[in-house]
Amino acid sequence: MSSLEIKNLHVSTGDKEIVKGVTLTINSGEIHAVMGPNGTGKSTMAKAIAGHPDYVITQGDVLIDGKSILEKESDERAREGIFLAFQYPSEIPGVSIANFMRAALQARMAEGEEIDASAYYKRLYQKMDLLKIDRKFTSRSVNEGFSGGEKKRSEILQMALLEPKFALMDETDSGLDIDALRIVSDGVNSLRGPNLGILLITHYQRLLSYIVPDHVHVMIEGRIVKSGDKSLALELESRGYDWVKQELATA
Amino acid sequence: MAETASDRPVVAAALGGFTPDVFARHLESAPSWWHERKRAAYSRFEALPMPGRTDESWRFSNLSGIRIDGFTPDAAPPAGTAAASAAFSLAAPPMLTFVNGRLASRGELPAHLAAKGVVVSTLSEAAARSPELLREHFMAQPQKLGSAKFAALHEAFIADGAFVHVPRGVEVDMPIVLIHSASGAGTAVFPHTLIIAEDNSKVTVVDHFHSNDTLGQFACGANDLYAGHGARITYAAAQCWSLETLSFQFNSTVVRRDARVQSLNLHLGARQARHESLSQLQAPGGFSEMLALTVASGAREFDQRTLQIHQAPNTKSDLLYKNVLLDRSRTIFSGLIIVDPDAQKTDAYQSNRNLMLSEDAESNSLPGLEIQANDVRCTHGATSSPIDADQAFYLKSRGIPEKAANELLIFGFFEEVLCRLENEELHAALRDLVRTRLGR
Repeated sequence: MSSLEIKNLHVSTGDKEIVKGVTLTINSGEIHAVMGPNGTGKSTMAKAIAGHPDYVITQGDVLIDGKSILEKESDERAREGIFLAFQYPSEIPGVSIANFMRAALQARMAEGEEIDASAYYKRLYQKMDLLKIDRKFTSRSVNEGFSGGEKKRSEILQMALLEPKFALMDETDSGLDIDALRIVSDGVNSLRGPNLGILLITHYQRLLSYIVPDHVHVMIEGRIVKSGDKSLALELESRGYDWVKQELATA
Repeated sequence: MAETASDRPVVAAALGGFTPDVFARHLESAPSWWHERKRAAYSRFEALPMPGRTDESWRFSNLSGIRIDGFTPDAAPPAGTAAASAAFSLAAPPMLTFVNGRLASRGELPAHLAAKGVVVSTLSEAAARSPELLREHFMAQPQKLGSAKFAALHEAFIADGAFVHVPRGVEVDMPIVLIHSASGAGTAVFPHTLIIAEDNSKVTVVDHFHSNDTLGQFACGANDLYAGHGARITYAAAQCWSLETLSFQFNSTVVRRDARVQSLNLHLGARQARHESLSQLQAPGGFSEMLALTVASGAREFDQRTLQIHQAPNTKSDLLYKNVLLDRSRTIFSGLIIVDPDAQKTDAYQSNRNLMLSEDAESNSLPGLEIQANDVRCTHGATSSPIDADQAFYLKSRGIPEKAANELLIFGFFEEVLCRLENEELHAALRDLVRTRLGR
């Protein structure tokens, strides 16, 4: 069992502070949904935790099992078990999904060890079948010419192969129709288990009826202002965010 | 011309180490059929000046890096030199292997190809068997890209070379692999490959230039490609000279009616390399696809000069040169498309793309067009850009360290060119060479 602790996290991009002191602990096996209107710092927090160079952590800490990861480069953080499922995954012309994932798995092997190619492909195909991804996908360039749904499925495929300890899923539901949403959710649910903690970023409740969270947090203006269980998500869906803001103002 | 004392150093500099007595010794070892041509070539070499600062066709080139003294032609390979070239993973055995310009070993051409009249031989053998073909095609095209002097040097000092002749209508179903290697410090080599694909024939030829030594060498090579009516040539050259070599390579491609030539030059070796490539589209329906990939590292310079000449209507050319620049390396690309007045419906394309992995590297692009027909489609473009930060972060976010991430992006960048090769084995073999080079 592992834990991802986010302690009083402050994140700036350029001169602007976006995340203003978030504290949150995610244990293996738990799904935490972070909801909130656009522009409140949800994605910024996820990218900063993953080590994006444009997002500077000015205060606070992020720890895996009690050890800070902030001194580590993004690739080291990934190998420690952080996975960021991107809202807008990059297109990488000329690099196939198969070669990309092979390099990612190779990076996790000890020096001098080589991936067993046939075992790798077997596992790749098995995960692809699970996510209903056509095998032809493996030779296509990463995300190039993919539909919105294909991009998100490709993110989940990567997550399934890399078996992170903690997945930060940034607006995984955006741009998906109901069929695609169901496939992606089924994929996430199949990965759900005692070894994986998930931070699910969304601003719609819709996703949460497919991936049921253990905890729901509301983020407004760079802070978590309210936490609860899954019923909070339903309340937000019917009442919007304004009442939370009002509560905040009168508090 | 009267010679004054002050002329002498200039003349000496213009000859480098390839002085008349060195040439005389070379002639003694050269077959007699070649003497006359070689003498004429040497006279041209003597008469032509070294490239100068104001020479437009040498703009941006590091002229001080072009020193042609201290090199020995016709050097015997040091004892124990292995002729085999490492790391080129093609199943087809090399048909000819040259070490220091002379044939060291040969593979056996499959019987079904020999029976159809396919010839893979040395130039010397070709001179005895089919002198008319040599006369017609060996170094027969003009040198238009600035290196007439060095092309003359090549012709003067060439020891031997490869000759590939595919008769009318014959399709060669395996790549013909030719290896040119150099061995020993200070060795000068003058490799040559002549490919004649007669009407409606088809052939793939792979040249592999190779030297293990880290010591300085001089390679001054040329290739002549001739595609007859409806013929199809795929030519790939992997330049893997030692990283201290000064390399010149001159290509001439002649494309006849409805013929198609695809050439891909992979530049991995040399301290300073200049590659000149001339495609002449001489008859309607001809198509020349000119591809190149370069990995430039250290303080190396890769200087590429190209000319696509459309001499007939309905001809097509498509050039795509991609460079990866690391460290303090430099690249120069200068490309010109010429469309003759009656070459209507020409479709010409030229693109040079540079991926900059270092802020200290420098890429220079000089694209050009000279269009004298009025109904043509010609486009050209050049770009230089660093690694895309979002792509780099995406790869790193999956646990891939920066060096491996950059390598993946380099392969991705090159893939667009390698994918143009129909032969997947060749594609993989060239990719392996790039991987080996990046690992150094």
